[in-house]
Amino acid sequence: MDLQIALLLGQDGVTNGAIYALLALALVLVFAVTRVIFIPQGEFVAFGALTLASLQAGRLPGTVWLLLTMGTLIALIEGAAALRERHFRRIPLIVLLNCGAPLLLAGALVAVSSASLPLLVQVFLALLLVVPLGPMIYRLAYQPVAEASVLVLLIVSVAVHVTLIGIGLLFFGAEGSRTPSFTEVSFEVGDVLLQGQTLLVLVASVLLIIALYFFFERTLYGKALRATAMNRTGARLMGISGSLAGMLSFTLAASIGAVSGILISPITTIYYDSGFLIGLKGFVGAIIGGLASYPVAAAGAILVGLLESYSSFWASAFKEVIVFTLIIPVLLWRSLTTRHVEGE
Amino acid sequence: MRRSVQSTLLLLLFIVVLLLAPVLLPEFYVTLLNYIGLYAIVALGLVMLTGVGGLTSFGQAAFVGLGAYTSAYLTTVHGVSPWLTLPAGLLVTGVVALSLGLVTLRLSGHFLPLGTIAWGMSLYYLFGNLDALGGHTGMSGIPPLQFVELELKSGREFFYLIWAVLLVLVLGTRNLLDSREGRAIRALKGGSVMAEAMGVNTPRSKIVVFTLAALYASTSGWLYAHLQRFVNPTPFSLTQGIEYLFMAVVGGVSHVWGAILGAGLITVLKQWLQDWLPRLLGQSGNFEVIVFGLLMIVVLHRARDGVWPMIQRFFPQRLVCARVDGVRPLTRRPLPEAGSLLLEVKDASKRFGGLLANDRVSFGVRAGEVMALIGPNGAGKSTMFNGISGVDPLTSGAVSFRGEPIEGLPAREIARRGMSRTFQHVRLLPSMSVIENVAIGAHLRGRRGFVAAACRADRAEEARLLHEAAVQIERCGLPEQMYEAAGSLPLGKQRIVEIARALAADPCLLLLDEPAAGLRYLEKQALADLLRRLRAEGMGILLVEHDMDFVMGLADRVLVMEFGQKLAAGRPEEIQRNPAVIEAYLGGVE
Amino acid sequence: MSTLPEQPERTVVLEVRGLSVNYGKVEALHGLALRVHRGEIVTVIGPNGAGKTTLLSALIGLLPVRGEIVYLGERQGAGRSVEQLVRQGMTLVPEKRELFAEMSVEDNLLLGAFDRYRAGHRDHLETMDQVFDTFPRLMERRNQMAATLSGGERQMLAMGRALMAKPRLLLLDEPSLGLAPLVIKEIFRTVAQLKRLGVAILLVEQNARAALQVADYGYVLETGELSLEGPSSELSMDRRVIESYLGLGGRL
Repeated sequence: MDLQIALLLGQDGVTNGAIYALLALALVLVFAVTRVIFIPQGEFVAFGALTLASLQAGRLPGTVWLLLTMGTLIALIEGAAALRERHFRRIPLIVLLNCGAPLLLAGALVAVSSASLPLLVQVFLALLLVVPLGPMIYRLAYQPVAEASVLVLLIVSVAVHVTLIGIGLLFFGAEGSRTPSFTEVSFEVGDVLLQGQTLLVLVASVLLIIALYFFFERTLYGKALRATAMNRTGARLMGISGSLAGMLSFTLAASIGAVSGILISPITTIYYDSGFLIGLKGFVGAIIGGLASYPVAAAGAILVGLLESYSSFWASAFKEVIVFTLIIPVLLWRSLTTRHVEGE
Repeated sequence: MRRSVQSTLLLLLFIVVLLLAPVLLPEFYVTLLNYIGLYAIVALGLVMLTGVGGLTSFGQAAFVGLGAYTSAYLTTVHGVSPWLTLPAGLLVTGVVALSLGLVTLRLSGHFLPLGTIAWGMSLYYLFGNLDALGGHTGMSGIPPLQFVELELKSGREFFYLIWAVLLVLVLGTRNLLDSREGRAIRALKGGSVMAEAMGVNTPRSKIVVFTLAALYASTSGWLYAHLQRFVNPTPFSLTQGIEYLFMAVVGGVSHVWGAILGAGLITVLKQWLQDWLPRLLGQSGNFEVIVFGLLMIVVLHRARDGVWPMIQRFFPQRLVCARVDGVRPLTRRPLPEAGSLLLEVKDASKRFGGLLANDRVSFGVRAGEVMALIGPNGAGKSTMFNGISGVDPLTSGAVSFRGEPIEGLPAREIARRGMSRTFQHVRLLPSMSVIENVAIGAHLRGRRGFVAAACRADRAEEARLLHEAAVQIERCGLPEQMYEAAGSLPLGKQRIVEIARALAADPCLLLLDEPAAGLRYLEKQALADLLRRLRAEGMGILLVEHDMDFVMGLADRVLVMEFGQKLAAGRPEEIQRNPAVIEAYLGGVE
Repeated sequence: MSTLPEQPERTVVLEVRGLSVNYGKVEALHGLALRVHRGEIVTVIGPNGAGKTTLLSALIGLLPVRGEIVYLGERQGAGRSVEQLVRQGMTLVPEKRELFAEMSVEDNLLLGAFDRYRAGHRDHLETMDQVFDTFPRLMERRNQMAATLSGGERQMLAMGRALMAKPRLLLLDEPSLGLAPLVIKEIFRTVAQLKRLGVAILLVEQNARAALQVADYGYVLETGELSLEGPSSELSMDRRVIESYLGLGGRL
């Protein structure tokens, strides 16, 4: 392998690694705040990419139907609760938020031909469709069992993942999509050809990480989320409810997932079930960070990207085997260094 | 234990139905039942591993693959006889399971299932990428099994083999769970602290149950290979592994019959959905996963115990247990002489990071005396207890029990030497009966292992262990509650059950952590009487308590702790008059 | 036992009647009745295991209760939640403090004002200055991580954080726990000062002498029931209080 190939592979590895790092951050965040090991994180990546692809092709993305269905379910559940507690004034707001907003969005998409819209608007619409899925999934699948053990929450995660894969197949079909590059530009740095798209991915990832840092360190809502992760009881006593924290963290996770999907969809062909493998690799990074440390998780994810890239050159068939077998010693190391509190 | 006549009849009825099914039903349903049988074997392993042992695995499909591929490879490439490939497959799977188990079973809590996902995927990709195993296309031309002259080629013929194997495994599993080792496995779910304190070798129990589940899966794989006579990687993927867990949970993950029920429900549902959903949705594809996922979520929200318990309610199970008289009681260890030093603690210290929870505390407990450890909240009493009993070893200092040093020994070794304890927060297994919970305490007094249990060769020892448990329960004054579920008792009585369990270990030193907490007046009186009787028999008792009336009327000596240090020690009357003690309790700010 | 005559300006902030709480299967509290007025410090003292922490956990909504709780004149319904009570000005400083260990003193304090911030108030910085006035030691350590503070400073931080919510009823769970005598003195002096802010305070304590010195009125809790009550000056001289702590009855 000469230097050029090594650098090319390295570029690939770091680009993929950046995406894995974003997903690792999302996984650490969700676990820290809600104790949920969010296996379906990868599905947001796939849904983000495929929704954008649908919009660009001028088709109505199936995501709309998902939004409407879940919105209606939530409206029914919350509405019934409000009726029972006689908080009648809340009902119109519940219906408006959960049913009205998706309907409006659906109507707008039907009216306008999405293929003709500028790229940035399409991206914005795709995000608008996918991001609300996060808090909705929390509300429907996790909030009713929020106090259960980490294990039960993990099994719920697996169930949600399986469901979303099936829904993905239903709405987007078995064919993969690849969106056109955001930019055709490429730079020559010495001997190496640096793709503009790659640079975009890296820059976007860095910006996102900075934005997240700012959110957590400087805003009160961000601090409230961190506080919930550190001490649930203490947070409750400050009036920070578990469900507020849950929905906020799931919104962030969905945003990160959707943005990641949109970033890599010009680089790789995304299928309805590609999300799982991508998510799993981000997951390896998160585990390296012990599901607790953001910087270590990000570094671990980039390592995974590089490992995957170089092993695909040397032993292409076994690259998955290598990556997944790597998880075990990492898990073991992490399990030994984390003080396990019994009682579950 | 004799099962009631009713359930034996039901079992016979079930067997008759099974015998007639392949004769009466059309081919399609026989095939379906074959698959249900194969899946149920794997699910049964999961019931043991996850439902009973509390260890979640998503990777069982990989073990099925190991069994199937071993057989496929040996028969097609090396021409080995199909019947011999079963033990070969079991050997390969056993070795892999043991190695994986030794690594992943150290993973605590939620890290374990993540580990199972990891190697589940790893093995799947291995199957698909090794050319020797035919890569993604797989291997075909696997020879059928031959039973004497008959070649088991058709589904109908294979049916009897699959269901015979399944039933044998079901009965073996049930026997295993209903034994000393079975109780040890069930104790894993209550947390390894409790199990270890009762003498259970939890790492060993975990490895055994994990390997057994893997062997069950491997058997299913072997059967599958000779039924299909063709293998490829697809049925051994993580998705299938997830489906196996779903089957066990939906069926009833803590119940042996739940495995068959779950496998049946999911398989039939899957078949039905695969027919109807594409028609309904106007597209072709595997959409049944959507229904399964949603079904799982609903089950986890509403009915975490699965479907079987709902059905079980229609068949009332009366646990008939004969208290066999004429059972030879277990040998008791001779109690040390009254007044001899049982426990000696010298300069015990425990540090948690920056906090010094115990600061050079020294004291001793003698045979035939009750010693009370008291002190304000946060004084370090429970920490001292955990240090002595091996649950959370001390940072420094020496502890000797009956003349031998025990600091640094694991809890089960200390239990073996004659020290037994109860816990501040009751650690019983709520769904197990009182007598079975107490029998866990006698774990170290039995010896029969897994194989003996599965073959029912342990009945004599089991009768003696249960007899011992019954004796202790009566001694503690709870004979009426012997066969009730431990979780249904009021908290005060649960604490007494814990004491009975500790006594079943035949200790010479009892460590009681807040035994009177939550008891009403009369119950406290009864407890005090029990402890006085034990003292009179020569047992040493060390207890932590907050109830001063209880302590002062019972204890021979009292040790007061404050801020991790020994504040005062002596007889109760002396302590009550000690100004430093009064100060510590009532406080003062001038 | 005499009770203080009702004065018109002394509004009842909290009134509890027939309060019973179950902790799992055990009835931890039985038939409690107590009252806290605005600007008054009421203390509930009693030995370990009497149910003091259970009482406060139940009042703040962490445990379900039976009986009547009237807070700020309104009878509490079955749908009471911690978040709702915090919104209404009830704050708890729990026994274990429940600080956010890896966040700075300042962040911990700011989070105390989270609910007010969410409700639209933006005066959190001013309130923080007031808290720093009350606890100057916290100001010195404002950028330090909460985990690095000493026991007494942690207690101050926990109380300061509670004050950030501008509570109408402050529940204090064993503020003296694990603290050295001099620090206890300082803490209780601060508690006495809080009266002047018009806050109603319900103080639960094991350290009977310190509690009775700072409180106006006291109750004694023994194995889930209130056995004695009265103005704190009278209680502090009552022999029965001492007996209930050290089991000199020797009944068993």
